[in-house]
Order: sequence, then structure tokens, then C-alpha cells
Amino acid sequence: MSAGRVEVDARGERCPVPVVMAARATRGLPRGAVVEVMADDPVAAVDIPAWAWMRGHTVEVVETGDWTVYTVRVGEADDEGGGGGSDRST
Amino acid sequence: MAHNEFRAPEAGLAAGLLDAGRGPLHPLAAQTLTAALDVAWADPAHRHAAGRRARAHLDTARAILADALGVRPDELSVHESPERALEIGLAGLRHARRRAGERVVASAVERSVVLVSPGVEDPVAVDRLGRLDLDAWSEAVSAPGVGAAVLQSANGEVGTRQPVNEAEEMAAAAGVPLLLDATASLGRDDLPTGAGSVVVADAASFGGPPLGLLAVRTGTRWSLAGSTYEAEHGRAPASPWVPVVLAAAEAWRQSRAEHADESAAARALVDRIRAAAGNVRDVVVGGDPIDRLPHVVSFSVLFVDGESLVDELDRHGLAVSSGSACTTSSLRPSHVLAAMGLLSQGNVRVSLPIAAVSPTREHDVERLCAALEDVVDAVRGRLGTADL
Repeated sequence: MSAGRVEVDARGERCPVPVVMAARATRGLPRGAVVEVMADDPVAAVDIPAWAWMRGHTVEVVETGDWTVYTVRVGEADDEGGGGGSDRST
Repeated sequence: MAHNEFRAPEAGLAAGLLDAGRGPLHPLAAQTLTAALDVAWADPAHRHAAGRRARAHLDTARAILADALGVRPDELSVHESPERALEIGLAGLRHARRRAGERVVASAVERSVVLVSPGVEDPVAVDRLGRLDLDAWSEAVSAPGVGAAVLQSANGEVGTRQPVNEAEEMAAAAGVPLLLDATASLGRDDLPTGAGSVVVADAASFGGPPLGLLAVRTGTRWSLAGSTYEAEHGRAPASPWVPVVLAAAEAWRQSRAEHADESAAARALVDRIRAAAGNVRDVVVGGDPIDRLPHVVSFSVLFVDGESLVDELDRHGLAVSSGSACTTSSLRPSHVLAAMGLLSQGNVRVSLPIAAVSPTREHDVERLCAALEDVVDAVRGRLGTADL
């Protein structure tokens, strides 16, 4: 794991756990920090980008064979709700 | 909380019902259905006296329902379900235009039965409110090989109205006929006048029984492949059961009389739910806040599953539905929420019954608004996500 990059392995977890794990991992991180979430729940494909949008984070989505990697870059302060602008690439 | 113990004494079949997709019948439609069992039970295709009587009743009901869709009786057929009416309506458009093309353009938030129909590939995107991307639609309908297009008047899950007139103009410019899916709207919200070469509706949307209504406007190229159907202008394998059609017609007559007040009242109640849900931490309310169906709203709650939320509300005597994956047998969430990029976990979908069906409607909405924050806190507490 490289510095300033947090990895979260949510493979095998089902809704809403992958989003809960992602949210725990990003909590308190400074703007620009990166969290990489691995998940294989099809619901996460909708909900991780949707959560990120609500929090003002940006997400890049890369599908591997058996799971998906969501690279979340922390945007606005994590404890503020309510969808800020964001790039969504799914 | 006092609200939780209260049961309105006059509460009938629909007490606590906030999921009117298939609600109890309008009381007068239920009476009509009962009465019709004695007079209109026969097959209207048969020549004997009872058959002729059923035929006469069917003709009357058809005229009323045709008026509901703004078409002539000879343009309207009745089908066992709205899903079947959508399938047949689209199949007829597609077959008649098979030389022009086999592809069907549809928005990504159409009903599942449309999205799995033959010829539908690459549905057209919607924005975060669930509204059709008109530029993408224009491009899609103008592409070669398009036989037909399908667009809903408004979305039954999140309520957002679609720009039907603009979309139909674009399709018409490319020579492509439009099927308008009004199954979530008819009786609840005014339809754009004259829209759709083919229009499909559901009597359940205005307090009738679930029943497919299919209008094919005169002049529309429409035919079924190798069809030997004789009933319903050659669109159905058998005549409908007339008592159900009479109940639908009565529901329409009532709904039409009540429509203006009903819409305004439902709109105000949904505004209250939108405000209450929006005030709960980490809840996102979906759909267009203004340009929407009066009676529908959908919101999603972060860090909880839809199943727990629906069950907890059920314990409060409030019946809601959900587009979350965990509430269905499917592993996937509602395709509507997915297309909008709206959170699908902890989803709650409210569809208000009409006031005549649910006399306790306003009280039920008040109870939902009052209980929502506690319900969300309770579920988050149980799941250990309250600190997030």
C-alpha cells in the first residue's frame, strides 16, 4: 500500500456494507486523499458512486474480472452531506 | 410516540397504505364490480342474450375508457394487464415498420417489460432527476434502422415527468412513431394532448382494477405478425372479463370528477414527505421536486438496507415499497435508481392512494413524516452505522 492511499477490501460483502466500509475508511481524511475500494456486490456499482456524489468525492471505476475497483478521491469535508458537483464515471 | 399507537377508527382496507401501485379499488368501482357480476358475466363474443348484454356493457365501458385516453372507442383495446398492453402495443408498431428497422429507442427508466422487449438495446440516458437526455434521444431516434420509440409520460418510481412533446417531435422528424407509456400517470396527472401514436395506460393508476388499456390512433401503421386474434380489434386472443372493465370505467368516472382537488392534495402531501425526508441526515430525495407526478416520491437513506427500513415502517403500520436490491429476490437494485445515479440502499418509495380509496391518507403521511427520523436512527443504530 503506497503512502496516502488506503485500501478497503469489501469483496464478499453485500449492500449496504461496502458503502459503510468505504465511508469508515474516508472519514477524517484530508481533501485529495485516495481510498481504493474493492467490491463484487452489483449494488456497489450504483451505491459507491452515489454515496461519493452525496459527499462531494470523485470516483473512478475499473472493472477487473471478478470484482470492481472504486478509486475514491476525497473532496469536500467528509462530514458534510448533500451532493456536491462531481465527476461520475461508471 | 403517541402517533405510533394511534389507529384511526374509520380506517379501512387502505389504512397506512403508502404503496398504491396496486391498491384497493375505489369504493364505487368495487360496488360496480359486484353489481356487474350479475349482469355482465357472459362472454361478449357469444350471441345469446347474456352475451349480447355483456357486449352492450363492454361497449359502454369502452367508450368511457377511450374518453379517458382521449381516443375513439374503436382505437382502444382492453388487455389482461398493462404489461401485456405494452408488449402488444410495441409489437404491433415494430412489425408494421419492420422494413424501416427493427430497433426500438427507449429511455433507461422505462418499465422493465419495455426494456426487455425485442429490439431495445442501449437505452437512452436520463439525468440525476430521471429526466430524458433530449440530445441523446434525438441522436438515437435519427439513427438508421429504428422502428419505434417508447417513452413514459412520467416515471412511476420517482415521479419525474418526461418531455414527451419534444421527444415525440424529434421522433416524428425521423419518421419514427412513439408509444407513450401512461401507466403511472392516467387519472393522476394530465397527459399531453394528442401525444403518442400508441398510448398504454393502467386502470389501477386511477383506483380501478389492474387492466391494460391500449390505444392505437387512427392512421398509425400497426399490425401483428401472422395474427389470428379476433377479440379487441384483433389485438387479443380473448375478450376481457366484462365486470372488470366496468369497474375500471366507474373508477375513471369517479377519478375524473375528483381529479383537480385530488391532484393538488396529493401534491401537497408529497411536498411534506419530501421536506421531512430531506431533513433527516444523509437522506437523498429523488426525482424532480416540481415537474413530477403529484402522488409519487422516492428517497434513499445512507448506511441502511431497504429491507430493514421497510420492515421498521411496517411495524409502525405504514406500507411502503422499495427499489433497493435487498428487498427483492433480485441481486440488482431498481434500474431506475441505477440510471439516475441515485443511491439505492435504504430506498423508500411512496405512491399515495387516491383519497377516496384511503380516507386516512393525510393522517398516514403525517405519521410517516413524524416517525421517519426515529425509524432511520433505530435502523442505523441496529446496524451499527449511526456514527457515520
